[in-house]
Amino acid sequence: MAETTYLEAIRQALFEEMERDPDVLCLGEDIGVYGGAFKVTDGLQARFGESRVIDTPLSEAAIVGAAAGAAHMGMRPVCEMQFIDFISCAYDMLTNYVATARYRAFLPCPMVVRGPSGGYVRGGPFHSQNPEAAFLHTPGLKIVYPATASDAKGLLKAAIRDEDCVLFFEHKYLYRRIKEELPPGDHVVPIGKARLAREGRDLSIITYAATVWKALEAAEQLEREGNLSVEVLDLRSLLPMDDDAIAQTVRKTNRVLIVHEDTVTGGVAGEISARINDLAFEWLDAPIKRVGAHDVPLPYAPQLEDFVLPQTADIVKAARWLAEY
Amino acid sequence: MAVTSARTSDRTMPPGLTRDQLLELYYYMRLTRSLEERLVNLYRQTKVVGGLFRSLGQEADAVGSAYALERSKGDILSPLIRNLGSMLVQGATPVEILRQYMAKGDSPTRGRELNIHFGDTVRGFIGQISHLGDMVPVMAGVTLSFKLRGQDRVGLVYVGDGATSTGAFHEGINFAAVQRCPLVVIVENNGYAYSTPTSKQTACASFKDKALGYGIPGVRADGNDVVATYQVTKEAVDRARAGEGVTLIELTTYRRKGHAEHDNQSYVPPGEIDRWARENDPLDRYTRELTTGQGIASSELEELDGRVRGEVDRATDEAEASPAPEPRDALRGVYADPAEVPALWYREGIRSAVETHERPSSWGTHDG
Repeated sequence: MAETTYLEAIRQALFEEMERDPDVLCLGEDIGVYGGAFKVTDGLQARFGESRVIDTPLSEAAIVGAAAGAAHMGMRPVCEMQFIDFISCAYDMLTNYVATARYRAFLPCPMVVRGPSGGYVRGGPFHSQNPEAAFLHTPGLKIVYPATASDAKGLLKAAIRDEDCVLFFEHKYLYRRIKEELPPGDHVVPIGKARLAREGRDLSIITYAATVWKALEAAEQLEREGNLSVEVLDLRSLLPMDDDAIAQTVRKTNRVLIVHEDTVTGGVAGEISARINDLAFEWLDAPIKRVGAHDVPLPYAPQLEDFVLPQTADIVKAARWLAEY
Repeated sequence: MAVTSARTSDRTMPPGLTRDQLLELYYYMRLTRSLEERLVNLYRQTKVVGGLFRSLGQEADAVGSAYALERSKGDILSPLIRNLGSMLVQGATPVEILRQYMAKGDSPTRGRELNIHFGDTVRGFIGQISHLGDMVPVMAGVTLSFKLRGQDRVGLVYVGDGATSTGAFHEGINFAAVQRCPLVVIVENNGYAYSTPTSKQTACASFKDKALGYGIPGVRADGNDVVATYQVTKEAVDRARAGEGVTLIELTTYRRKGHAEHDNQSYVPPGEIDRWARENDPLDRYTRELTTGQGIASSELEELDGRVRGEVDRATDEAEASPAPEPRDALRGVYADPAEVPALWYREGIRSAVETHERPSSWGTHDG
């Protein structure tokens, strides 16, 4: 069976869910005729028509707000943010309207907001963001951020079927760089479950999205060069977060490095760290350490971007420090 | 600049409404006013937990516009804080309103939301949030679903003069216009957004002029004339139902009370409120119209007033007897799954080794 890219896996999920459920529709800028800025929705409009794959005005608040209204009426809209950086334009609609709808008004809001996220692509400050932490603080939303093609497909299908709003972050660096053979049939990955990407004994790296691959690279190198056995936990879902999987890996290795691409201050790693403190403080043999982006807007020049973002060498260095603590 | 009273010239009947319908309009306007007057009493007795928002002087625009929808077809509106009358027309009941304001456990939102922030898609109203303008994109989506499913349904969304300055209003109405959604957008121009007069809200001569920028019709009507309001909205509703898309309606009216009950209206020029109360009260005007223009006996209207008094009294008794919410209910219903979030550890007991005595055997044995 042929291997499928991360991007193609997302398109497959959209196709299959639109085939399965006539209430699923897509909304976004340039997603129809043009097939999307990254061609994720390529071919969707030709298959499902203009009324189910809607080219919208340049209006993120309208896209998300209209999706909420349609979702109240029983439809299952999937919104594309052309770049996830623009989700901030819909922050009000998402946090004040969508996230509260079920709680304050018993209005169901089954919808997905998805879009290309993340850096390492020379995209500069406005085409590289990782805004997950900005939404982690909002009860009512769910957040997933897959690292593999298989999870991208399975989690998107789960997100579309979920009864609440799911923010689906796609890492654009991974779009065409990774591929794998996908599980056959109706492949759905449950939201809220982490994935053990690599087993190890000495130290755990808890991470998600593109840095899963950097953590795996670092783990290989540490094994090769230092005889260190590194476990890598890919969270996949950030909200809800898989506390059991986190506690399990901490109890096993007693040393934790949290890695994410987003800036460190106020990032998801802080939340994970606090959870470990609650769940498994007694099992720690070393302080919890974080590796993330420096606290600056993401610059464009390769020399600057590479310096700001976490690299495999940073993870190796931090892991060695932890192992020797 | 003072807001001036606008009167329509003499209008000839009939407006396409039956005698019973004309009386029903009166009933809803009276119910709105009496219910709010009762809320003022309860507010002064500190039984209203939060703020109280009045629609005094705006009852006609709320009732007349909502009356143009067809509940039997499944039309849906999204009200504003001064559209109590619209909600009553769509079937909201006085006891629901009172329980909401009094934060009761059996209120429509079980104590989660304030005042008239609640909805029921079956009866045809979707509750607003406080972020003004946000309901325009939402109602664009509601009506988009009507269009996509080929349903014979129409949506109506209210915004105030202030909300027309928001990005959400612009994005929502533009989206709905492009998609030709069956949506009616009503701008209630009541002269003030909190304390800000219309002159500081927009440089447009009239809010209806904004329609030009969206490629949709814009019309203006006297919002204190309940029949005129009904008629202008009915035309827009008919257009929407016929697949002709969005209409922007500006209803001119006047907010005779402050933004909320606490507001002393110090920013209003002297005499302005009195003049509107004296010359342009929508209930007074409509009473005159019914008794002189339509030959309906005053006694018939007084009978309706009595019916409304009885309904409000009964609803008050019922709402006062309602229980407070059960505190733990606060943890339910953020998500479909999980249906409930856990209470925090200091309320619930500690999920950790301290309580379970589950620690690694080496714990505490480090001797430095």
